[in-house]
Amino acid sequence: MKVKINISSEIVTKPILAEAIVETGVLLNVSQAHFDRSHGEVVADVQEELFEKIKSSLVSKGAIVRKLDTPIEWDEDECVECGACISVCPTKVFSLDEDYSLLVDKSKCIQCGTCVEMCPHNALSLIDNG
Amino acid sequence: MVKKTIHEINSKIKDGSVNVVTAEEMVDIVAELGPEGAASEVDVVTTGTFGAMCSSGVWFNFGHSEPPIKMQKVWMNDVEAYTGVAAVDAFLGATQLSDSLGMEYGGAHVMEDLIRGKSVDLHAISHGTDCYPRKILDTSLALDDMNQAIMVNPRNAYQKYNAATNGTKQTIHTYMGSLLPQYGNVTYSGAGVLSPLSNDPEYRTIGTGSRIFLGGTQGYIVGQGTQHASAGQFGTLMVQGDMKKMSSDYIRAANFTGYGTSLYVGMGIPIPVLDENVAKATAVTDADITTNILDYSVPSRDRPALRQVTYAELKSGSIEINGTEAATSSLSSFKKARKIAAELKDWISKGDFFVSMPVENLPANTSAKPMKETEGVSFVSEIMSTNVVTIEKDASVYKAAKIIMDSEFNHLPVVSKDSSLVGIVTAWDISKAVSQDKFDLVEDMMTRKVITARADERVDVVARRLDLKGVSAMPVLNKENHVIGIITSDDISKLYARRH
Repeated sequence: MKVKINISSEIVTKPILAEAIVETGVLLNVSQAHFDRSHGEVVADVQEELFEKIKSSLVSKGAIVRKLDTPIEWDEDECVECGACISVCPTKVFSLDEDYSLLVDKSKCIQCGTCVEMCPHNALSLIDNG
Repeated sequence: MVKKTIHEINSKIKDGSVNVVTAEEMVDIVAELGPEGAASEVDVVTTGTFGAMCSSGVWFNFGHSEPPIKMQKVWMNDVEAYTGVAAVDAFLGATQLSDSLGMEYGGAHVMEDLIRGKSVDLHAISHGTDCYPRKILDTSLALDDMNQAIMVNPRNAYQKYNAATNGTKQTIHTYMGSLLPQYGNVTYSGAGVLSPLSNDPEYRTIGTGSRIFLGGTQGYIVGQGTQHASAGQFGTLMVQGDMKKMSSDYIRAANFTGYGTSLYVGMGIPIPVLDENVAKATAVTDADITTNILDYSVPSRDRPALRQVTYAELKSGSIEINGTEAATSSLSSFKKARKIAAELKDWISKGDFFVSMPVENLPANTSAKPMKETEGVSFVSEIMSTNVVTIEKDASVYKAAKIIMDSEFNHLPVVSKDSSLVGIVTAWDISKAVSQDKFDLVEDMMTRKVITARADERVDVVARRLDLKGVSAMPVLNKENHVIGIITSDDISKLYARRH
């Protein structure tokens, strides 16, 4: 399952991901990471049964951890199947089949929102997981 | 040699014996039978395209109010339409943005709402005349309430279009969609094998007066479109059709983040197969149509072409650019283009649509001129300060403060031993350091990510960069990364103050 870990500016320089992994032995497969002066944000895969374990370790070090379990919403009425979304998605959620129909594999979605900005027809949206 | 007249083809449409195929189907037919065989077999080839066409709009006649008004300004759902014509005529353009909602809603959305049967709020103002006394008008109108809603699109159906990418380190937002950093993706537009003008590149059957499929109904070609550049195979069409009969399957509003609104227009053009040369032209494939990939991050009308590419390569999903694979995306819908070509084929087969010859041909060998600009263009080199003072990175904060006081520059570029730029410090950075009792070296307090300019850049381009990055000065660098000057927001203000 995919999780999003947010790290605030006060602790952004500390190696809390590494500490949590060493401490719990739970492996995180990082698929996207962004760090700057103001915050850090990491999207990673983790085994479902180990989620609570690594979550409590990360939370104790000051991170905010949440499940990414609501993937992209696709409004098929608004969609014209141009395929603009295809080239901006980092995880290949979108593809065209042989008859140029759009295929959407939501299980790959890491909810980065890049396709939401790209879609010219407002056919893609993300509901905030909270 | 096969020769057919338009009347022979139309009588076949009338008696139901006409053979119509799409431009995609025609590729195999010509390959199998040859141009001559295909020309005797096939009577009409249908094309189709469905993509963003910004140069689109509608002429309305709203009917006269009581008492009547000569509209001076008019808005539809808060989107302004042009009414500098007769009293209640107005032209609404697809990219005009809402006064209140900005980029979220524009003329294109008003058109889609009307086609979907919704009413729109009409607001008009006037100075009032003896013949048109009314000064203000507010009402709500649906398409049926208007006398005319004639879609007239000044430039549609580009024969082909440049593909877009981005060589900078940041994502940019363009009318070609989001372009990811470092050639991260390529976007393109156009129906390739189904593209109307690419199937008749000599414009033998497509021209003024040709009957076409437009937005789900019958429309006509007015003539060449604006910016028609037939010499480089960038021909365009001006078209018109009755919006009251159009369908939201084929006319859709669009928003491009950071650019604004546009209209997706569905168009299909039938090509009567008069002889084998026409047949041969309609056998064009995606692999035969080439275009250029341009770097849209270059703020110029002459963007450099990174490479040539065919529509077949673009459609494959990824192409090589500067040694790496970049994913490609179409902005136009090939599935819809196919649907349009198929629907037009169906209309003709059923005898509901007749083909026509142009009453006037589209101009050949034209090209689009760049704009003649009479106001002088200013370059950074003309207004930058060249007496710029720099400081070495291992100098003290005290020394930096002293230089700033002596030189009267608020910005001090920081350089390494080999004179190349490594950072910048401002008077504000120094005040901050002093207030925190930190008297370290310059390199410990400088900003490392410096926004810079080059001497041969245009001032308006650099001014936009200053604005976007929220800085007030930029060191000007030469090719060796050495500081040769500095340009500040003051320099730019003075330039514009002199001009006006």
